[in-house]
Amino acid sequence: MSGTEFNWSTFFAMGGYAVFVWTSYGLTAVILALNVILPLRQRKHIIRRVKRAVRREQLRAENKQVTL
Amino acid sequence: MFRAIWAWIQKFSSPKYFFEMSARLIPWFAIPAALVGAYGLYLGLFVAPTDYQQGESYRIIFIHVPAAWMSLFIYVVMAVSAAIGLIWQIRLADMIAAASAPIGASFTFLALVTGSLWGKPMWGTYWVWDARLTSELILLFLYFGYMALQSAIEDQRTADKASGLLAIVGVVNIPIIHYSVEWWNTLHQGATVAKLDKPSIDISMLIPLLLMALAFKLFYAAVVLVRARNEVLLRDRSRRWVRELIEKL
Repeated sequence: MSGTEFNWSTFFAMGGYAVFVWTSYGLTAVILALNVILPLRQRKHIIRRVKRAVRREQLRAENKQVTL
Repeated sequence: MFRAIWAWIQKFSSPKYFFEMSARLIPWFAIPAALVGAYGLYLGLFVAPTDYQQGESYRIIFIHVPAAWMSLFIYVVMAVSAAIGLIWQIRLADMIAAASAPIGASFTFLALVTGSLWGKPMWGTYWVWDARLTSELILLFLYFGYMALQSAIEDQRTADKASGLLAIVGVVNIPIIHYSVEWWNTLHQGATVAKLDKPSIDISMLIPLLLMALAFKLFYAAVVLVRARNEVLLRDRSRRWVRELIEKL
C-alpha cells in the first residue's frame, strides 16, 4: 500500500481499481466455496439414493417370500 | 518381480482401499490449503507494494495466474489419469479423471474472468480474440466436452473411453496455451515467472504469487479426493462393501 499509515478506505479503494480487484476476489471466493459445497451435497444425494435402492430391493425380496 | 509390482498397483488402486485411505488424507491437504492461502492473501493484499505501472489493479495477479496454472495442471492430471485408465484398465484412474474435470473447468473459468477483469483497466477491453485468450477458452470447452461425454453416455466404461480419448487428444492445446505468448503477437504479457533466466517480477510479489499457487494446488488435492470418493460410491453402488458402508453413513 502507498503511504506510511494503513487506512482501510484506501485499501478498499484499490487505487481506483476496486471494482475489478474485488469482483475478481469475490468471484474466486464463490468458486472455491462451490467446489467444496457441491461435492458434499452430491455425496449426501448418492448416499440417500443408494439407501433407497437397497430398501426397495429388500421390500421386493420380502414380497416374493410372502407370495411363495 | 513384474507380477509383484502389478499386484501392488492393483491393491493400491482398488476403489475400496482408496476410499479408506483418502478419508485420512483429505485434512492433510485441506488445512494447509487454508493456512497457505490465508498467508498468501495477507502478503498479496497488504504487504506487497503497489506496482509502478499498473497501480493496485495488478493484485488480480495473485488469483489470475495461479488459477491459469491450475487450469493447465488439472488438465494434464485429467488426461494422464484417463490414459492410465484406458491403457491399464485401472478404474480408479478413470474416477480421478472424472473428478478432476469440473474442478479444472471452474479454475479455467476463473482464469478467464479474472483475466478479463484485469484486461479492462489495463488494455481497455474485456476480451480480445488473441492466441492466449482463445486457446484458454478452448481449454474450457475441452473440459465441458469431457463432462458432457461423461454424463451423456449411459454405460460407464464407454463413457470413460470416449471422454478419455477427448482428454488425451486435447493435450495438444496445453503447449499451445503456454507458448502462445511467444509464438504469436498478443496483448497478453509474456511469461514473468516460468522463465529460464531470473523471473521479471519482484520478490515481494513473487512470494505471495507462489503461495497462492501452492494453496490452489492443495485445495485441488483435497476437493478432487472428495469428488473421487463420490465417484467410488456412485460407480460401485451395487457392490456389497459400498452397501454395507453406506448403511453406516
